[in-house]
Amino acid sequence: MSPYGLNAYILISALLFAIGFFGVLLRKNTLVIYMCLELMLIASTLGLVAFSRFNHTLDGSVFVFFILTIAAAEVAVGLAIIVALFRKRHTIAVEELNTLKN
Amino acid sequence: MANLLFYLFTFLAVGGALLVVANRNAVNAAMFLLLSLVGVAGLFVLLDAALMAFVLLLVYAGAVVALFLFIIMLLDTTPGAQKPFKKATIAASTLGGALLLLGIVSLSKRGMLPAAEATGSVPTLKNYAEQLFTTYLLPVQIVGFMLLIAMLGVIVLSKRFTATDKAS
Repeated sequence: MSPYGLNAYILISALLFAIGFFGVLLRKNTLVIYMCLELMLIASTLGLVAFSRFNHTLDGSVFVFFILTIAAAEVAVGLAIIVALFRKRHTIAVEELNTLKN
Repeated sequence: MANLLFYLFTFLAVGGALLVVANRNAVNAAMFLLLSLVGVAGLFVLLDAALMAFVLLLVYAGAVVALFLFIIMLLDTTPGAQKPFKKATIAASTLGGALLLLGIVSLSKRGMLPAAEATGSVPTLKNYAEQLFTTYLLPVQIVGFMLLIAMLGVIVLSKRFTATDKAS
């Protein structure tokens, strides 16, 4: 059913990962940085599903289950940390969170 | 038809991702993340992994993005002006971006991946279940414990520790 070869999917996966990576580097809002991390996870997921489909195995797709579970746990813990941070410092901008620098 | 859908979903996924990064407002960024997710789920369907697409939409669109929106509303941060970047940061990002683009283009131009065909039987729900409960039984158990630990961690993190708590 897929009209294009493996290369096309890997290309999209790499592009998504790159965009997410640059988001992590360039953005200053912790929540948006978190969204970009999720984007990178999704990009790797797309790569795994494509490899799994073109290699006629199920392992990649099963791995995606685990990635999704870990991502859900990660989001829950990360957002709890952000809320705790906001409670203590009243900001979530990364350039103002520089206590460890001095 | 499938060609058209492939381009549509690719456009949704990549365009949504770009707008997540480019947007100033966190709520809009979350919405574009949702758009990007829908695009990736469509690509999953084109790869005959409809179950994965379903799970992705359920977990991400249903839980993760909703949680993000909830936290954004709860914290209510103003999208104020971002400090301008340092010159070194701009130079490093430009160089990194150029190298990355070069790598991606060269990968797509002369990738040595075999021109595999996506033929064969489409995996069914039964195949997934069989794999999960035989080969991957231990990882499933470990992931379950991991979720439990994450839940306990969230409870501990969001509990407000005060002096009265410590005294009691």
